[in-house]
Amino acid sequence: MAEFTMPSLGADMDEGTLQEWLVHAGDPVRKGDPVAVVETAKSTIEVECFEAGRIGQLLVTPGTTVPVGTPLARIEPLAEADTPTEPEAPAKPARPPRPPAAEGARSTARKPSRRKPTPLQAPTATGPPPDHDHAVEHRGHGDEGPLVRHLAEEAGIDLDTVHGTGRGGRVTRADVGRAAAAARSPARVTPYARRLARELGVDLRGLTGTGPDGTVRASDVRAAAPGPTTPPTPQSGGGVPARASAVRRKEGMREAIAGLMSRANREIPHYYLSTSIDMATALDWMHEHNHHRPVGERLLPAALLLKAAARAAREVPELNGHWLDGRFAAAEEVRLGVAVSLRGGGLVAPVLRNADALELPQLMSQLKDLVARARNGRLRGSEVADPTLTVTNLGDQGVEAVLGVIYPPQVALVGFGRVVERPWAVNGLLGVRPVVTASLSADHRATDGAVGARYLTSVDRLLQSPEEL
Amino acid sequence: MKHDEAEDIVKEALTDVVPEADLTTLGPDETFRDALGMDSLDFLSFIEILTRRTGVRIDDEDAPHLTTLADSTGFLLARTE
Repeated sequence: MAEFTMPSLGADMDEGTLQEWLVHAGDPVRKGDPVAVVETAKSTIEVECFEAGRIGQLLVTPGTTVPVGTPLARIEPLAEADTPTEPEAPAKPARPPRPPAAEGARSTARKPSRRKPTPLQAPTATGPPPDHDHAVEHRGHGDEGPLVRHLAEEAGIDLDTVHGTGRGGRVTRADVGRAAAAARSPARVTPYARRLARELGVDLRGLTGTGPDGTVRASDVRAAAPGPTTPPTPQSGGGVPARASAVRRKEGMREAIAGLMSRANREIPHYYLSTSIDMATALDWMHEHNHHRPVGERLLPAALLLKAAARAAREVPELNGHWLDGRFAAAEEVRLGVAVSLRGGGLVAPVLRNADALELPQLMSQLKDLVARARNGRLRGSEVADPTLTVTNLGDQGVEAVLGVIYPPQVALVGFGRVVERPWAVNGLLGVRPVVTASLSADHRATDGAVGARYLTSVDRLLQSPEEL
Repeated sequence: MKHDEAEDIVKEALTDVVPEADLTTLGPDETFRDALGMDSLDFLSFIEILTRRTGVRIDDEDAPHLTTLADSTGFLLARTE
């Protein structure tokens, strides 16, 4: 039987709070149907089902925070919905830092595959664990790299007691981080409770949680807070789950960005390249295209830039993928992350899937939809998961160039600035042309400057033939 | 179309695109793209809404005439005369 597990909705996500079920036990679901709403430190996301079937038992109640990979619900095959469920496979013995629920997730044979959406009703994919998309190899403890051993030693953690989520159960840096955090604080704290604790000045270490598995919830934090308390908010049951205020969300997002970007600067030896690209041909073509179309179908320069960035990623696959466990894993498709700044501050980077293969009008409409929902509505899990290369377009903010920080575990970040008019020499003649500065921040562990240069050259070449984009 | 009517359409379109915008503090000659933090997608939505509400055709090259409350209102008035 399949299980629907807490997905990893970004490299910076270790756990999430199930905010709301969108289905009931017994409901038939198709692959891709939204089934639950999950709150992370950064955003609230609708999570889709990765199997077709019938929702079985709901294992987690709204308001509960669980680690990535924890089963949230069982999914029964449609045809066999009435047959009794098989007995649970015996769970592996639990090790201290990882709650038993997570062990259950690892004991199941089937895992949702987030990377390769297959058509409806397709046979269930035997996918990788949610936060590691590479093939499983058999490796045991003892294979941990020197950095992981060093980190564990520093934190005073015995690697043998840490549950590894890497290949073949290998302990990764993230596992050590989790174990260290678990040693310092109560077993689990909901993101909301954590924010509240910070606001109210409550030390989480002294708290006993009253939630499932000793999870510290907002009510525990309030009870421990000195002075006047805010009225309690509903956390579970049939009511509307607590909604974090904009201020708290902003703080959570700042914290998440801080964590991920610090990690990027700590771990990734960046190198930076930039080039100026003549946009005259591309913009002339775009204005001509737009002239014949209703406003709703018009293109923006951003669409052309994103398409060129995605096509170039296909041409230079060394930059399209992830750095995992000390080596580069190329991605099979181009999942282009698009950095979207939010009006209240912060940013999210939803994904244009197969961006290299999308026709420009399609890409444009998906971009509009993603940005609108990133700002005003709710993104879906598949729309934030696993970008293979991210583009940040700061042209609208008025700057000419951006040298960005890579989102780990990606290995490159593409930046576009504002399209500006500049004197430009063509065939010995000086003219005024619209010019954009394209930049690349790349991971020197994965590639060298020559590869990065090839990428930016491709972007330039592609933009000179906009009709073929 | 009367001046006030055109200005209301412009304001409503801006509010639709940037719901949290406070237009009471936006001066008639203030560049709203900067003041409201609108990007090119927001601006395209703004144009889309104006077109839908007024039937006025707005092309890429008209964008320079749609930067403030005053010039956008003037643009709509001129095109609906």
